[in-house]
Amino acid sequence: MSAVLDEPMQTVERPIPRSQRGPAPTHVTTGYGMWLFLLSDIVMFAAFFAAFVVLRDHTAGGPAGRDLFHRHTVLIETGCLLFSSFSCALLGVGVDYRNKTVTYIAAAVTLALGAAFMVLELSEFTHMIADGAGPGRSAFLSGFFALVGLHGLHVACGMLWLVVMLAQVATLGFSPKVVRRLLCFNLFWHALDIVWVGVFTVVYLGAFA
Amino acid sequence: MKTATEASRDDERPGAEGELRTKLLKYTGGLLLSILLTGVSFWVSATDAVWPGGVPVLLAALAIAQMGVHLLMFLHVSSGPESTNNIMSLAFGVFVVALVIFGSMIIMHSLDTRMNMPVDAHRMMMTAP
Repeated sequence: MSAVLDEPMQTVERPIPRSQRGPAPTHVTTGYGMWLFLLSDIVMFAAFFAAFVVLRDHTAGGPAGRDLFHRHTVLIETGCLLFSSFSCALLGVGVDYRNKTVTYIAAAVTLALGAAFMVLELSEFTHMIADGAGPGRSAFLSGFFALVGLHGLHVACGMLWLVVMLAQVATLGFSPKVVRRLLCFNLFWHALDIVWVGVFTVVYLGAFA
Repeated sequence: MKTATEASRDDERPGAEGELRTKLLKYTGGLLLSILLTGVSFWVSATDAVWPGGVPVLLAALAIAQMGVHLLMFLHVSSGPESTNNIMSLAFGVFVVALVIFGSMIIMHSLDTRMNMPVDAHRMMMTAP
């Protein structure tokens, strides 16, 4: 009889099963949704990577990557994105502590580094096109401009998103909605950095290897 | 439907001093590690000290390591209960990415070699029992 009476006590001591804990906090479910979007975005990048790798040697008698790419430009571009990832993480800390000064400074640094990256990439593209190595020259260059251009487009969209978020912080303050959007922006910017690691390794360093 | 207080509790993050320190350490460590890995990648591609046949493998290993550093340090993928679903979907995403990239490479390489085969060799292969 006493064993039956003891049983409820034991169930209370056990941790509550995950299925009975109720819905997850909103910032967890929002992050998960953004995470699913980013993974599908990365799957799309995978298709562009596959196309580039398949077409890499098909230069149609035109210039190959070895003749076109400059190692130091790529290194500076990579540095811009790495440090912008760090400043974007600091932006997240500023948002966590609802500190507008830290948020604005970190966002300004992130924007400046993103803009520097875009300027370097666009000048590389315009020089290549001016030298007759545009996307129409060979299958290799079509694959290159599609893949690297797609990443650059993502960076440009991310910068636009950050500007919009800054306007929202300025007008709406750190309301729950704005904080969740900033969380999503943080995930997006770091995911772009992961894609860039693939780009500089496969496209640029792969050309010299 | 959530009430306003529930929603605000959801978004409240504990702002303890210890947490700030671990976060800053994590981000700084992530930055230093990725600078190191990037530097080694560029060095490997430029130097003559490494056997040329090993360079692509080394570059791939360094890139995967750097992606791992970004996932752990900046994207906060962990083994905690909150990110179980994230880890499962990440595993599926990596599977699809690998399938798309390596599948395309294998199929296109195979097509390439078959297209360049001499006609006789091709006919022999097709009629072989």
